[in-house]
Amino acid sequence: MSLRILVGCKRVIDYAVKIRVKPDKSGVITEGVKHSMNPFDEIAIEEAVRMKEKKIAKEIVAFSCGPTQCQETLRTALAMGADRGIHVEVSGPEYETLQPLHISKMLAKLAKDEQIDLIIVGKQAIDDDCNQTAQMTAALLGWPQATSASKIEAKDGSLQVVREIDGGLETIKVKLPSVVSADLRLNEPRYATLPNIMKAKKKPIKKLAPKDLGIDVSPRIQVVTVEEPPVRQAGAKVENVDAVVEKLKALGHA
Amino acid sequence: MSSLLFSRLLGNVNRGCQTRRLLPVIATFSCPQQRQMTHYPIDDIISGLTDEQIQLRKTVFDFVQKELAPKANEIDKMNTFPEMREFYKKCGSLGLLGITAKSEYGGSDGGYLDHCIIMEEISRASGAIGLSYGAHSNLCVNQISRNGSEEQKKKYLPKLCSGEHIGALAMSEPGSGSDVVSMRTKAEKKGDYYVLNGNKFWITNGPDADVLIIYAKTGTGDTKPQHGITAFIIEKDMPGFRTAQKLDKLGMRGSNTCELIFEDCKVPASNILGKLNHGVYVLMSGLESERLVLASGPVGIMQACCDTAFEYAHIRKQFGKRIGEFQLIQGKMADMYTTLGACRSYLYCVARACDRGHASNKDCAGIILYTAEKATLMALDAIQILGGNGYINDYPTGRYLRDAKLYEIGAGTSEVRRSIIGRSLNEEYK
Repeated sequence: MSLRILVGCKRVIDYAVKIRVKPDKSGVITEGVKHSMNPFDEIAIEEAVRMKEKKIAKEIVAFSCGPTQCQETLRTALAMGADRGIHVEVSGPEYETLQPLHISKMLAKLAKDEQIDLIIVGKQAIDDDCNQTAQMTAALLGWPQATSASKIEAKDGSLQVVREIDGGLETIKVKLPSVVSADLRLNEPRYATLPNIMKAKKKPIKKLAPKDLGIDVSPRIQVVTVEEPPVRQAGAKVENVDAVVEKLKALGHA
Repeated sequence: MSSLLFSRLLGNVNRGCQTRRLLPVIATFSCPQQRQMTHYPIDDIISGLTDEQIQLRKTVFDFVQKELAPKANEIDKMNTFPEMREFYKKCGSLGLLGITAKSEYGGSDGGYLDHCIIMEEISRASGAIGLSYGAHSNLCVNQISRNGSEEQKKKYLPKLCSGEHIGALAMSEPGSGSDVVSMRTKAEKKGDYYVLNGNKFWITNGPDADVLIIYAKTGTGDTKPQHGITAFIIEKDMPGFRTAQKLDKLGMRGSNTCELIFEDCKVPASNILGKLNHGVYVLMSGLESERLVLASGPVGIMQACCDTAFEYAHIRKQFGKRIGEFQLIQGKMADMYTTLGACRSYLYCVARACDRGHASNKDCAGIILYTAEKATLMALDAIQILGGNGYINDYPTGRYLRDAKLYEIGAGTSEVRRSIIGRSLNEEYK
């Protein structure tokens, strides 16, 4: 098999950063805040690179949609082993209201234009937790989907995927071309080594605008307000189980 | 501190009345209510790093914060790093060990600035292992890379770069520290071999090194002392070479340091590094790059001081307010922030110049002179900001101080560095 894989890499606020809400409650502060690749997307890239090392894949195309800084995210993907990058530039207020549906449409169009055999994305992004892009992309393309993958095996024109579901693990077989979304235990992503970072400099990144793909990114939603979650209240300590039951009854929970 | 004593007293008084145990102060700090910034971010646009260097910093940071930082306290306490070999191999696979060596020998074709970034991030996680890394990658690997013959580079660099072998360098002796050219270890020619006799002291990585660069006297009595020194490449298994006691140090604990003993140690003449009797040039030019790269150790420690102290100042509350909001603490933090920025900028400028082949004795000595002294002071400030908590070993600030102090001594004491710069200035006015 020699698949061409398209991997979605979203630029998100780094997981270690303390999120702060803007004073005007219109969103969270992103200016000057450390960003990095969505951890689930790192896992997706790693899986694609491993498939290339096993000669199952022949080319990996990394994709990111957002402001100019997305090029940094793509450079990380290239340093991990992707062959080339595609950056669809969207910035400002249009970027704030970008939704998984827009991204799915972009992925679907690129899949057709670039003759993609497999799309791998992270199962969800750590900023919006939507868990929608893989599913919508598959539906737009009419391709089978295998979401929350924790193991992927390629076998003659199809993939055997172990999925993490609420009840445990489910193993399914999907024919190629298909869309897969990566879950946490799929693999452990590699670090980008200095030699690979230098090699990544020479790999191409193609820049496109949404209209080049025929996609309308005008907002479908309006953000009404963004607020911090309520401050966690202190708990109460009691001496024994009877006291717990009494307290619960007093609070109307039992 | 007094509040700790007070509550201890109270505990004693109350013991008769209640069986409730007093919670130590540490409990409130170790479970913060919300995620704070455990690391103070570095502004690499101001540092002037390229995109690739920013990526390099991120790779090294992610790697050491996962593989090294959680173990740093234990390494310091036990004065040993049990997983050192595995850690070195992981560094090797990331291309960090042979950063300035050529890729044809297993290196990464990087520059001194790349080296400084790596050294800084490793030292931020653990000053001791940062020093061990510096000794391996600069003192040993870089020296072989710059002065070795083709055969020597092919023989020794690949395993040093992969992490399979650990490297060290030995010039100091019990009786020859600052006055290094007064060294007494002798190497006598016997046919195709040189026989080494003597001992070396304060050798970083000594207990574990597989490959060591040793400076010994090969000159006869009538040559000037500095013209009779030769550098040799020693392998751990060469007969007549052994290591003695691991030193019990104030800081840099876990960066294993010991005495080396040569008793009729036979070294093939083909293992001379550079030219016979010209070891002093290898030594002196090596010291320049050593000072530059090691100067990033204190910068990493200073960054760690800011990471720890700034966060603490914004969690710890007294008088109903976060202590970081009182002016005297604001002033301290401001001084720490600006000093760190200045040191980092000076370091990166000198490193960039060295990468362009524009190395200067004055600035290489100057950068480590400056950053080392600032790091010790900053560690003291960090301890002060943490107050009583800075004084107990559950917090890392004591370790930062003990680790930082070494940099005022190793690679030439501050006094020697000042002499070098002063004398160099005198020369310019001759």
